[in-house]
Amino acid sequence: MSTYQNTFSRLNRAALIPFFVIGDPTYAVCLDLVKAALDSGADILELGIPFSDPIADGPTIQKADIRALAAGITPAMALRFVREITEYKPVPIGLLVYYNLVVQYGTERFFKDFKEAGGASVLVADLSIDDADEIVPAVEAVGLQTVFMVTPNTPGPRIKAIVEKTTGFIYTVSLLGTTGERSSLSDSIRPLIARIRKHTDKPICVGFGISSPEHAQQVASAGADGVIIGSRIVKFIEENLDQPQRTQDRIAHFISEVRAALEQTGRIEQKR
Amino acid sequence: MKHKGRYGPYGGFYVPEVLIPALEEIEAAFERFKNDPEFYEELGALYADYAGRPTPLYYARRFSETVGFAVYIKREDLLHGGAHKINNTLGQGLLARYMGKTKLIAETGAGQHGLATAIVGALFGMQTKVFMGCTDVQRQNVNVHKMRLMGAEVIPVEGGTGTLKDAINDALRYWTAHVSDTFYLFGTAGGPHPYPSVVRYFQEPIGRETRRQCLDKIGRLPDLVAACVGGGSNAIGIFSGFLDDPQVQLIGVEGGGKGLDTRQHCATLAKGSVGILHGSRTYLLQDENGQIHETECISAGLDYPGVGPEHSYLKDTGRAKYVAVTDEEVLDVFDLFCKTEGIIPALESSHALAWIYRQKGRLSQDTLAVVNLSGRGDKDIGIVEQHRPLGEGLL
Repeated sequence: MSTYQNTFSRLNRAALIPFFVIGDPTYAVCLDLVKAALDSGADILELGIPFSDPIADGPTIQKADIRALAAGITPAMALRFVREITEYKPVPIGLLVYYNLVVQYGTERFFKDFKEAGGASVLVADLSIDDADEIVPAVEAVGLQTVFMVTPNTPGPRIKAIVEKTTGFIYTVSLLGTTGERSSLSDSIRPLIARIRKHTDKPICVGFGISSPEHAQQVASAGADGVIIGSRIVKFIEENLDQPQRTQDRIAHFISEVRAALEQTGRIEQKR
Repeated sequence: MKHKGRYGPYGGFYVPEVLIPALEEIEAAFERFKNDPEFYEELGALYADYAGRPTPLYYARRFSETVGFAVYIKREDLLHGGAHKINNTLGQGLLARYMGKTKLIAETGAGQHGLATAIVGALFGMQTKVFMGCTDVQRQNVNVHKMRLMGAEVIPVEGGTGTLKDAINDALRYWTAHVSDTFYLFGTAGGPHPYPSVVRYFQEPIGRETRRQCLDKIGRLPDLVAACVGGGSNAIGIFSGFLDDPQVQLIGVEGGGKGLDTRQHCATLAKGSVGILHGSRTYLLQDENGQIHETECISAGLDYPGVGPEHSYLKDTGRAKYVAVTDEEVLDVFDLFCKTEGIIPALESSHALAWIYRQKGRLSQDTLAVVNLSGRGDKDIGIVEQHRPLGEGLL
């Protein structure tokens, strides 16, 4: 298992971070898809545990949650999935989870088991820094890192407080709203990254609405350390539910395209 | 956020970061305007002249004779819109207007909160969108028509079971993308802080009036106060008037559906366990992994797997007692109440009446009970007809 610090510093470009809902559409198919994503150039993974009421997610990821739950995925299975991935390839894995799942599993035990599975960081979608103390001691005790979100409407003083609580990376979003694909990216991303940069040197990763290699390039050249791609990838699953091999090919192809685009941007940025 | 919004260990604001600034804005506006004389006066006038407050406290003579003790009815069903929901929507709608917001969104189960929001949207000239589960759109189509008549857009929600929980999920999602000009007019005393205290505040007139009416008309406080509990806004409204009167027993009645030994109920406090949903730490109906259960109950307005956090606190402290009645008991008392009192009670409110009926022969005849009749049942006639085609009942 490697940490964010050495992953981000090793790369001379923005990291490519695909997102999957664990067990979408089934445990076995998802495992193949995530491995294919790693083989095609993913640097870091963001994985979500399916929840019945994912209020921070848009319709595409909600449907993925429903598919995974229908396939019988439990938090315990999700942690086993993480272990299988880190045994396959030791990449940093960030977990996205809704708070109720953590609480019902048992907060301390949850983070301990995730760490033992090889996980790197946790983002609790519905727990803000105001109540972060409910998890931070348990997260830090086992050596996991924290990820918190900054959104375009987060005021400056609050950005400062959020980055101080963050030990992994800052997860920021290009647009207001829930996850989902968009055809064009907001102009707000460059100033938003600049606003966060004023307060921290910690890695800044951008998610929500990135659905093409061009989007990824725009975000990378706006100064992001990582590009998180969720709904576009989940959509490949949704579009080819009865053809897992086709899903895998399309995801692999898409990831390698985005990877090439990020490498190109990285070279340009370096020449400057 | 200035306050944590806690009721003991319950409540809080467990929401995605993007919503925090919007909740902070509502908290600040609420703190500022609730004590503002102009706001207070305008809201008081709307309650009196538009909604129809104060509502009567009525002695239900024939129903009382049937159960063997005195039952008084707080007539929230007589309010404009047909339910207590207007107390809250006038309050929050006015708050939205004072904040300079131009658009309202709301979730609705039975359609009563959606209707009350549509009413306020029309009254204040605000664009209104109401999120409603597709199952509820079907079973409460009269309210859907009414909302549309008043110019509101009703958005059917497909996810999950198509009930209140799914409507809240989608309303929260919509809000995250439109927080700058849109006010989320939350319908029950649940959800993230500050909503539980905001909704309670605007429903407190029910309790204040009832207490005063008891003293004025009957000369004493009641022995017990019963109200139905889904999210729990009408119950917290009437309970709030009696929390400091320990001799008054407070009874919250939940939807027992097909029975508490089945999965088909929505008796969150009677059968649930503590967790986090829709921004609040509270009792929930969930599985051992924390996935939220799908609930089932004859009354759309109670069909919710969570409950307002203050009720969780009142349950733990023992100040209020929470019980459940089945769909069958509800249908029985619905029919009885229509025939003995000439009042069609909402199926939601009929839960409180059903618990009272269950006490027949168990309470002494000098018992004085108050039931909050939170809404009228015209909207439910089709549902009752499906279950009881011949009008079979207790009489």
